[in-house]
Amino acid sequence: MAFFISESSQGEYVMKKILSGNEAIARGAFEAGVSFISAYPGTPSTEILQTVANEYPAIHAEWTPNEKVALEVAAGASYAGARCMAVMKHVGVNVAADPLMTLPYTLIRGGFVLVSADDPELFSSQNEQDNRHYARFAKMPMLEPSTSQEAKDFMVEAVRISEEFETPVMLRTTTRISHSMGVVELGGENGCRTPSLERHPAEWVMLPANARARHPVIEERIRSLKVYSDASPLNVMEMGSPKLGIISSGVAYQYAKEALPHASFLKLGLSYPLPEDLVRKFAAQVDELWVVEELDPFMEEQVKALGIDCHGKDRLPLCGELNPDIIRGAVMGIALQDGDQPDLPPRPPSMCPGCPHRSMLWALKRNKCFIAGDIGCYTLGFLPPLSAIDTCLCMGAGINHAHGMATVFGPGKEKIVAVIGDSTFYHSGITGLLNLAYNKGAALIVILDNSTTAMTGSQDHPGTGVTVRGERTVNLDLENLVRALGIGWVRTVDPYDVKQTRKDVKEALAFEGPSVIISKAPCVLLKSRNVPGRALTVDTDACTGCKVCIGLGCPAIEFRDEKAHISDMCVGCGVCADLCAPGAIGGEK
Amino acid sequence: MNVLMTGVGGQGIILASDMLSEVMMRSGCDVKKSEIHGMAQRGGSVMSHVRFAERVDSPLIPFGGCDILLSFEELEAARYLKYLKKDATVIINQYRLAPPAVVSGSRKYPDVVPFLRERTPNIHLVPGTAIAEEMGNARGVNIILLGLLSTLLDPPESAWYDAINSMLKEKIRAANIEGFKRGRQIKIQ
Repeated sequence: MAFFISESSQGEYVMKKILSGNEAIARGAFEAGVSFISAYPGTPSTEILQTVANEYPAIHAEWTPNEKVALEVAAGASYAGARCMAVMKHVGVNVAADPLMTLPYTLIRGGFVLVSADDPELFSSQNEQDNRHYARFAKMPMLEPSTSQEAKDFMVEAVRISEEFETPVMLRTTTRISHSMGVVELGGENGCRTPSLERHPAEWVMLPANARARHPVIEERIRSLKVYSDASPLNVMEMGSPKLGIISSGVAYQYAKEALPHASFLKLGLSYPLPEDLVRKFAAQVDELWVVEELDPFMEEQVKALGIDCHGKDRLPLCGELNPDIIRGAVMGIALQDGDQPDLPPRPPSMCPGCPHRSMLWALKRNKCFIAGDIGCYTLGFLPPLSAIDTCLCMGAGINHAHGMATVFGPGKEKIVAVIGDSTFYHSGITGLLNLAYNKGAALIVILDNSTTAMTGSQDHPGTGVTVRGERTVNLDLENLVRALGIGWVRTVDPYDVKQTRKDVKEALAFEGPSVIISKAPCVLLKSRNVPGRALTVDTDACTGCKVCIGLGCPAIEFRDEKAHISDMCVGCGVCADLCAPGAIGGEK
Repeated sequence: MNVLMTGVGGQGIILASDMLSEVMMRSGCDVKKSEIHGMAQRGGSVMSHVRFAERVDSPLIPFGGCDILLSFEELEAARYLKYLKKDATVIINQYRLAPPAVVSGSRKYPDVVPFLRERTPNIHLVPGTAIAEEMGNARGVNIILLGLLSTLLDPPESAWYDAINSMLKEKIRAANIEGFKRGRQIKIQ
């Protein structure tokens, strides 16, 4: 999108652009002089690194295999004096929590910003955790933008605070900030720092004696930041009617402002550590005080701990996103007016027509396997009619679930299988497979290798041989990696070959000891896909209406007037044709 | 002004709402737009809120606040009734994409117009997909519907071409401008 020049409120000419919160954070990183960014893809954070890779060539950008690696490489860049950023979704911070909890003990040289993109309402996540707790837990300051403009500006401020206080800083967004678009006035570049080698063993070698000495430093730092927070221009009082005062942050502030424009607001941009004096001052000026925040009563409990009475989660929901109507309803004490909604057939997301996961899941299901799942598109195989996923906990858990279950059942008792995508396997499946081999497990692990990180929109990873900027790099040999971990039975199969796939699954299940099937076929959304792309047709005279093809759950096959029909969405993968006993499916239109 | 665009993942709703936002920013408005990415791209329901005014706070349209609903698919037009203003303008592209329960034969595809009529009399069914197919590219339905939408909004026709020229790659510009013009010719009362 092109820049657009217009006049600012001060009468100067400014460059304006409509940016998503994620694009604005990337722009902010550029303006702040960040020179190193690492991330693992995860909705709603993914576009931050992608924007950097596409638009800011001077910044080093890398997809790392997981968030722990992302955080640690960025910390290395900071120790070397470079400004840096590690980007991840909320549950990704759990993966990075080990280094994160000790990083504030260490000396930060180049500004270090952790971007945590939370997902209230679970649009694309396995839980709804509120990562603001991490700021308090790790004792680091946190900024919460409420618009795209603030996403950019706060990113610059986060780098500044990080260097001034020698601390990592958390920039916390939510789906509605990351994926909403808004008008952003662009700023200039602040310039990068030149890296230099220094040694700070007392601050960087976290063995007990050094860490013990550093703990009081971070306690003192968070005290200083509390004072700083009271005076920060990011925390502002906007006095309206003294009858109602609202403390809010992030997108909840925008909702509350829309719902209750005449109220007084204490808007917190630097929301941890809480500006306690400012909160006291604001509370003293209003008759009724509310804390309006999404998910947990993070600020509310701190306000109450100051001895200040307020409303909040006594009337507002703990679960899901807020919106202007929920807030107005809660504060005004009126029931939500959303009217009657007709009972319409739902339209959940599903695996694409031609998706290579479908036939593999179907083959496992036919063998009556219990299928421990993982995080990726294949989790959608949970939906009927396929109903092929039996567990999904977090990245990498499926292999371990399968091993635990298969072990307690004993050899040959139940058919316990795990499915895991290639990107998820590199993220946190390798250690599980190592454990399975080491502890003499017996489960079958199917690696659904579609040569991309599909769920988040096709990002490269160590198995694709391409970097985030499209440069060629080492291409991991998955089959050899699996063998090296100690798995004796490994086979790469083409899941579109339905007959052979079923045979291979049977053989793998019969093998005593752990086995791995690599189900290899590129994602149908990739340009390199190997399906013909032309729709098949049904000979309705030959179709017996047996519904076997419907059992695949392919969105392109519709059951109408007791017959199967194939729509234009079909890409011609041919799996349904292979399953069709009367041979009614075939040909091209 | 609040515009809600609805449809199914893959119909080009995001690009259409991006373009609307760009045009309104260029005409001097504050603009906010919100939609959900991620899983919605896998053939799920998609909803994009576009709000423009001198100042916009919430990126989400309040219930009862939507002035224009532009639905790329028939069923999806009735999924978000609570957002409609009384007398909102509803434009529905005549295109039915069966959701899973209809595909499997367990539900019938509903006629949504009666539900919408309870909220507003201003309902217009338009043959966007048929026009796109006639023009040789069913995926061009988004620019055709955007052309129609543009006739209901203040910015001059030229502002839309400026946005198309700045946002689209050169090789697809001419086809999009042609589609946009065809959309502007669709007459609604």
